[in-house]
Amino acid sequence: MTVDDETLVDELLGGKQRALARTITTIENREPGYRDLVSALYEHTGNAEVIGITGSPGAGKSTLVDKLTNTYRDRGETVGVIAVDPSSPYTGGAVLGDRIRMASNVGDMEVFFRSMSARGNLGGISTATADAVKALDAFGKDKIIVETVGAGQNEIDIVRTADTVAVLVPPDSGDEVQTLKAGILEIGDVFVVNKSDLPGADRTVQELKEMIQLRGDTGVSGGHHGPDHHALGDADAAGGTDAGTASAVSEAAAADGEAGNWTPSIVETVATDGTGIDELIDTFAAHREYMEASGRLDEKARTRTAEEIRLLLREDASGLLERELDRHGGIEALVEAVHAGETDPYAIADEVVDPIEECLSDRQDDPA
Amino acid sequence: MSVDQTQRSIRCLVAKVGLDGHDRGAHVIARAFRDAGFEVIYSGLHKAPDEIVQAAVQEDVDVIGISILSGAHNTLIPKVIDGLKEYDAFDDTLVLVGGVIPDEDKEDLKQMGVAEVFGPGTKMEETIEFVRENVPER
Ligand code: B12
Ligand SMILES: Nc1nc2c(ncn2[C@@H]2O[C@H](COP(=O)(O)OP(=O)(O)OP(=O)(O)O)[C@@H](O)[C@H]2O)c(=O)[nH]1
Ligand SMILES: [Mg+2]
Repeated sequence: MTVDDETLVDELLGGKQRALARTITTIENREPGYRDLVSALYEHTGNAEVIGITGSPGAGKSTLVDKLTNTYRDRGETVGVIAVDPSSPYTGGAVLGDRIRMASNVGDMEVFFRSMSARGNLGGISTATADAVKALDAFGKDKIIVETVGAGQNEIDIVRTADTVAVLVPPDSGDEVQTLKAGILEIGDVFVVNKSDLPGADRTVQELKEMIQLRGDTGVSGGHHGPDHHALGDADAAGGTDAGTASAVSEAAAADGEAGNWTPSIVETVATDGTGIDELIDTFAAHREYMEASGRLDEKARTRTAEEIRLLLREDASGLLERELDRHGGIEALVEAVHAGETDPYAIADEVVDPIEECLSDRQDDPA
Repeated sequence: MSVDQTQRSIRCLVAKVGLDGHDRGAHVIARAFRDAGFEVIYSGLHKAPDEIVQAAVQEDVDVIGISILSGAHNTLIPKVIDGLKEYDAFDDTLVLVGGVIPDEDKEDLKQMGVAEVFGPGTKMEETIEFVRENVPER
């Protein structure tokens, strides 16, 4: 690591805003040395609770994030937010509009808000998000919220960095609830019927309930034992302002957590005026308790680490292969050779990989 | 990681400070910057200088463009610049001002650290060119 990067890490750990901001930029730009930076921060991570918020465009995600953040701050916790906008990757330009909704928290430096775009690299954005979360975690944020618009696989990968995922479903999006089935439904730990001040909220809650039941029954994910029952019970009452309901769920989840699965809760909110935010936060806490008590949190972290190692190796390996390709005259020349009938892609692949394979087979020793 | 995988993009904050409610110019600029391939964060209306500083620091923007048509630039701009200095962000951030600024104030603003002032009617290409040429090396 360069001296500059070492300073950056020290300053970040020392609480300097600018250093955290610059670290995230380095991660985002994949500047040389970014991996060393993340590597140096790694041992300082693992303390934050990470919450993912997704849902259709305009569902009220940012407004909700603002209110959640404000409530966490009132409870004395520090918050980091990463708002990812993957929507305009083609020109490279983007207007990142999520920050504008953070009205309740402006000027509060204990809230660190960062906007990120996909920059045409759809695959990389989820990795960059995960690494930016690590930076916020190392900085010492208690809660980290990741917001992204819910559409495709890419967004699903983004919110996967979270321990708890909330999916926003605006009222009367009947068709939408149907389309939710594809992918998004599977990742939701909590479904938030935001804009419940608008007509159609009850119906949406009902539809979601049916969908969740269906998911439980068909065993796609989750079961119908333990906390399932209670979580659905919570859904019935979520529209009320009775904050006791959610904590009842949390006890149930903690008590039954070891055995059962988590059935997604449904919470109704009005992000614009803060209705339902306390319940939502209690539900997040209940899910967290369940994750901890059931060992799922640990399991998820391990899966993530395994994926991370594999991903880094793939990046490295493909870098090595690119270099080998260049040594063999570059991809264009090789394509030319194939089309001139001199060789074929399979033969080329063998040729490129053979020397690497040879090196590896010579190495019988333990890597330690 | 190889250098060619670096994905740098010019990041800009387009900011409205104070009670000034004229936001057409800010929107025009935000869109033009986006079309030029920049990443733009728009502050929204009626922000205090502190809030602008917070956004500029956290978003780690290369450029902060402040749009003022209210006439309050002589009190607001110094506050933003002092704030950037406080967070160690002034040296490598390009500070631009746009809107209605009397000629006699422009020199003072530049003395304070504003790189350039863009009044009504400035050609968009000119502004974008200026940003590209003056964006700080980091
Ligand atoms: C339209 C307008 C309004 C609209 C605003 C609508 C809106 N949502 O924006 C309305 C009617 C609401 C309005 C109200 C008022 N207005 Co008025 N308004 C104008 C007017 C006629 C045009 C402004 C405009 O939109 N121009 C079009 C945009 C595209 O141009 P622009 O903003 O100048 O932006 C360009 C450049 O300046 C530059 N730029 C701007 N921002 C930025 C930022 C960056 C980073 C960069 C690089 C460049 C850049 O690039 C842009 C494109 O070239 C101007 C007069 C004028 N000709 O400028 C008066 C003017 C700005 N208004 C004025 C006044 C006094 C008012 C009021 C106080 C009137 C009153 N007494 O009620 C109120 C105050 C409202 C408020 N809360 O702030 C005065 C300001 C005087 C001063 N600065 O000392 C002006 C100059 C009129 C005058 N000659 O007296 N106004
Ligand atoms: N009536 C009502 N409007 C809301 C509610 N929550 C948010 N809104 C409004 O919905 C609009 C979109 O809100 P955002 O918070 O920007 O939504 P978003 O999901 O972050 O949007 P994108 O990031 O653009 O996908 C804004 O005008 C909000 O004021 C709510 O509970 N009720
Ligand atoms: Mg948003």
